[in-house]
Amino acid sequence: MKEILLGNEAVAAGAYAAGVKVISSYPGTPSTEITEAAARYERIWCEWAPNEKVALEVAIGASLAGARAMTCMKHVGLNVAADPLFTSSYTGVNGGLVIIVADDPGMHSSQNEQDSRHYARAAKLPLFEPADSQECQDMVLAAFALSERFDTPVLVRLTTRVSHTRAPVALAEIQEQAVKPYQKDVRKHVMMPAMAIARHAAVEQRLVQLGLDSASGGLHEIDLRSGKLGIVTSGIASQYVREALPDASVFKLGLVWPLPVDALRDFAARVDRLVVVEELDPVIETEMKAAGIACEGKALLTPLGEYSASLLRRDLSGQPDPESALPREQLEAAPARPPVMCAGCPHKGLFMALSRLKLIVTGDIGCYTLGAINPTNAMDTCVCMGASVGMAHGMDKATDGEFSRRTVAVIGDSTFLHSGMTGLLNSVYNRSDSTILILDNSITGMTGHQQNPATGRDIRLHEAPAVDLEALCRVLGAASVRVVDPADTWQVEQVVSEEVARSGVSVIIARRPCALIPTGKGRPENAVRLDRDRCRRCKACIRIMCPALTAGPDGYPVIDPNSCNGCGLCVRVCRFDALKRGGEQA
Amino acid sequence: MISKLDLVLAGVGGQGTLVAGKLLGRVALKAGLDVRVSEVHGMAQRGGSVITYVRMAPNVHSPVVEPGQADFVLAFEQLEALRWAHLLARDGVLLMNMSRVIPMSVGMGQARYPDAVAAALQQAGDGRAVIRALDATRLAREAGSEKAVNIVMLGAMAHFLDIAPDVFTEAIDDVFPLKLQGINQKAFQAGFAIMKENTGA
Ligand SMILES: Cc1ncc(C[n+]2csc(CCOP(=O)(O)OP(=O)(O)O)c2C)c(N)n1
Repeated sequence: MKEILLGNEAVAAGAYAAGVKVISSYPGTPSTEITEAAARYERIWCEWAPNEKVALEVAIGASLAGARAMTCMKHVGLNVAADPLFTSSYTGVNGGLVIIVADDPGMHSSQNEQDSRHYARAAKLPLFEPADSQECQDMVLAAFALSERFDTPVLVRLTTRVSHTRAPVALAEIQEQAVKPYQKDVRKHVMMPAMAIARHAAVEQRLVQLGLDSASGGLHEIDLRSGKLGIVTSGIASQYVREALPDASVFKLGLVWPLPVDALRDFAARVDRLVVVEELDPVIETEMKAAGIACEGKALLTPLGEYSASLLRRDLSGQPDPESALPREQLEAAPARPPVMCAGCPHKGLFMALSRLKLIVTGDIGCYTLGAINPTNAMDTCVCMGASVGMAHGMDKATDGEFSRRTVAVIGDSTFLHSGMTGLLNSVYNRSDSTILILDNSITGMTGHQQNPATGRDIRLHEAPAVDLEALCRVLGAASVRVVDPADTWQVEQVVSEEVARSGVSVIIARRPCALIPTGKGRPENAVRLDRDRCRRCKACIRIMCPALTAGPDGYPVIDPNSCNGCGLCVRVCRFDALKRGGEQA
Repeated sequence: MISKLDLVLAGVGGQGTLVAGKLLGRVALKAGLDVRVSEVHGMAQRGGSVITYVRMAPNVHSPVVEPGQADFVLAFEQLEALRWAHLLARDGVLLMNMSRVIPMSVGMGQARYPDAVAAALQQAGDGRAVIRALDATRLAREAGSEKAVNIVMLGAMAHFLDIAPDVFTEAIDDVFPLKLQGINQKAFQAGFAIMKENTGA
């Protein structure tokens, strides 16, 4: 019987079957479960690296040492890893090297909607694009074979719908892979100008060869039906095509870069009208047009968001959508459920303090980015991981120090170790007066609780060395390093005010574990209780927007003892002493 | 035996829609069908609305169930029934758990939780669909755990399906560890039985 696997789990299964020895990754939705699933195979060395650049470098090292190696990341992670990516294209591989990159059309949980296929063109690397879980496994296997045959790193691009859809997979046979012998090869592995000039020529030649090989080795599927309409597509878009346009002839690409140009030209000759259906950017379309193959694409279809069968029907076939039994227009709109900080989230108290201090907050990426919206509205910027630190310094210099008296950078522990550390070094070196708040919740929260170099555990939850954040910041040169409890909003206000006023770089570490880390304290008997006689229904506790505390129909707060984890934030904001911690006399 | 089934599981984070989706994947395999279970990850833990699409047929392509396409909408909560009702196909079945999870905007008095959702759905459906409400949370509690509300909902759906019930009961044993199998088998039976009794919404 087949197994039902997430696309991400199928990638891990493919890597296992391919005999992969080393996987180094940094988490990021929708790619995270690949490395988590791979960690269940004991034979593979799996690790969380502090960022994607390091992760890819680890994989390159493993490959050159002779093992099959892989790294997995979300689309923006490939920006971070772009530097080693481009030059690993020149060094080539020894053991196969595969880079998994997961794009997020529709931005289910991302800060931009970039199309990572551009990296294949720019770095001159082959790129596969699977359309379901079975192809995830099979294309990872094919990618390792291609990598070794053509001496090249290979990209595999996923999208959220493929990563996060479960589908049947016939598991592949396990290939035993011996680690290949290592060979010192300065001309191929030391990229300085004299060597790189020769390697660039080899890369160009390789790309031509890959293009010629693609028609037979690219895992394409050609399905000739009507001659009226032909579609060139790949990945998840091909599924919507098959759903919406059952009569069309379809050329479904497996290897999306480089294109099998001659095969596409043949296909074009068999149909009256040719349309390229690809989510996001016109990568395939542009290349086909450059090769002189007449086709349509983005003139008909949007470059924004995810596609769907109904979108293709509307824009390409004019067929009506199925009729809904309960049309939206006839129903009241349902109030939205935007994401909120969890009950007991340590970030919440911190942002309440920042909100009251009315500071400029350069923000960063993590659960704490929710501090930008209601109820605290205490964040001014969010660009990319690590940006908060450099941006606070830039604001300081742009205003001759004026802003540094009322600006803080806010950054999570995982994000600080990812790329905030170098920003701190820069701020120290360049005599900044900025203040940096590290929100240390002892976990990488946003992506679903991955360990990081500060948590004391590795990916398999075995004990691991934990970096001492205070010592790290001191050694990087911070003039002041202090630790606060973010649940104590009064203390936070006090310390932040002092540090913002201080010259030199200050670091404040707000330390309290994520509320979702089991501590055994989140029991119903520890939940906060209400003393109705004291409550004046002022709604101060309601305004903190805790999911465990809502307004009842009579205006009194209602506390859900199953959700409350007893953090006591509401107790602190109550001026009438009407809320009591669990165990206290009500 | 069924040959094609498109459904959605609509709830809020923590209500067990993901596990129900996983279980339906097993059901499809046992029925000899191709299947796609498409999940929303990431924000699930943070009180957001969570939707899982399940499609089974001899050959499935798109993993997404689109408006007017769902044979079943299983709503684990009233507001989510309202939010996803438009996915229901003509002659489809919408099953709604009567529980309410108050969204933040309502809790803070900025929005109103719609009342009489079941009646509103009946009216909009105008006989084009079967709409049933049930107290799945209570049935789950009686079976041994409120967490089994997802399996009560599957039991209720199974009542409408031409599929041997042991396909479901086997899938339950596949998906749950031994100590949770009893509760979930009971929850499934309770959902199945209540649909026999209860004829209106
Ligand atoms: C370059 C890059 N890699 C990965 C991600 C995905 N991502 C978003 S936030 C985050 C980590 C957040 O962890 P932390 O800083 O500890 O904050 P927390 O969520 O725990 O509050 C990750 C990995 C990203 N946005 N950009």
